[in-house]
Amino acid sequence: MAGSSEIVIVLEHVKKSFGKNEILKDISLRVKKGETVVTLGKSGTGKSVTLKCIVGLVIPDAGKVRVLGKDIPSLTYNELQDIRKKIGFVFQSGALYDSMSVRQNIEFPLVRNSDLSKSEINSRIEEVLNDVGLAEAVDKMPSELSGGMRKRIGVARTISVNPEIMLWDEPTTGLDPETTRDISNLIVNMQKKYGVSSIVVTHDMICAKIVADKIAVLHDGIYSKLGTFDELEKSDDEFVKSFFVAENSVQNEVKN
Amino acid sequence: MDKFLPKSLFEILVEIWGIYNFSLKYFKNFFKPPYEINETIKQFFQVGNKSLGLVSITGFIIGFVLALQAIPTLEPFGATSLIPAMISIGIIREIGPVITGLICAGKVGSGIGAELGSMKVTEQIDAMEVSACNPFNFLVITRVTATTLMIPLLIIFADTVALLGGYLALNIVSDVSISLYFSQIFDNIKFDDVLPAVIKTFLFGFTIGIVGSYKGYTADKGTESVGIAANSSVVISSLMVIIWDMIAVQITNILF
Repeated sequence: MAGSSEIVIVLEHVKKSFGKNEILKDISLRVKKGETVVTLGKSGTGKSVTLKCIVGLVIPDAGKVRVLGKDIPSLTYNELQDIRKKIGFVFQSGALYDSMSVRQNIEFPLVRNSDLSKSEINSRIEEVLNDVGLAEAVDKMPSELSGGMRKRIGVARTISVNPEIMLWDEPTTGLDPETTRDISNLIVNMQKKYGVSSIVVTHDMICAKIVADKIAVLHDGIYSKLGTFDELEKSDDEFVKSFFVAENSVQNEVKN
Repeated sequence: MDKFLPKSLFEILVEIWGIYNFSLKYFKNFFKPPYEINETIKQFFQVGNKSLGLVSITGFIIGFVLALQAIPTLEPFGATSLIPAMISIGIIREIGPVITGLICAGKVGSGIGAELGSMKVTEQIDAMEVSACNPFNFLVITRVTATTLMIPLLIIFADTVALLGGYLALNIVSDVSISLYFSQIFDNIKFDDVLPAVIKTFLFGFTIGIVGSYKGYTADKGTESVGIAANSSVVISSLMVIIWDMIAVQITNILF
């Protein structure tokens, strides 16, 4: 699954504090085109904040954020919007628009940011709903969907605009193992089908194992380790081990 | 700066500054695309049609009660023929706009505050932002435009219903024909009574929309902040309706 050498996301010495709470102390990360980088870390360590820095929802206090060659913090609003059209952001909760049906949710960015005709939009909606296996939910309201379905519709809405970069904020948290595998395979397929570059924030080792080209471990506001799944599995670092130990114990319990 | 001012006064100034800037942003973005015509029409319906019943009942009762209260006061002086003139001036200049304004601050203002607040909390506004769809245009401009134009219409409608209520009350105690009643009203109402009253209703509508949107749009994280957004929308917009009314009366008295 290795990507080309073109680097699409560069974070260099990024710092961010909220009040006195220093979340990101010194973050540096590079993502190549077509590469999937998984970010592991405890809750509240700033994994989501890192993603929000990349889309310009959070402006870092210091450091460089470059996406597709553009320096995000220095862009005007319109320039930022142009870059955002190429980035897909999957929210942890799905963030579906409550007052709109599934169809209207997926239509929302398509109508505004693409030149597609009405019939092309409809076939695109059908296509992305098939990708997430929820074609029958097209006319439902978000309130009628389960948590996992909402998440998948959120994914469908995001991939509908064919982004070059996908940012996944805990795509599989709270889902059953089967759906976790489905979503993880979807991330891999997106990468294969469209050559999408992704950053996946997760604690879920099943998902990490399936999707990761590289894993970056966020600990205490910095990326302490970077490597492939297999490399990190053999790591001596106590913090890194704790993720794999948890995963292995679950697997052992399942086997027993 | 907060060291030199009492905390609450400082907070009030911050709030006023925030609402002022939010209003400026409304005017700056109003003429910028994308124009969300369909959503604006939907909001017209939300604001107008859904408040019509409440506003009508309130208006009717106010007119009815005002006439009933006036009758025993004016009867000893043989001045019951002045009642149509008295209640019409009272309703059109003052009571109709203020009471309807307050009702709308409660119904419409809290609705906007709660809706946008919950969209903020569940990251729906962020989701619009990162999909390069300007949420300010879609959510704020549509709602504020709708309240600015619909609340004056609601007030005019409530005034009319209140005058009918007044007629009914008067008809209970004495026999007055509806044509005589309305001709007495139109004989006594001047352009100077109607114009300032209508102008201030636009201010009421704008204030209710902008305060509700501001409180919702700037809500903090957490479910509690949805309640706070709704609650403070009502409190601030009701207070501002009263303050605008006071200012409008002063200006009207100077100009007319």
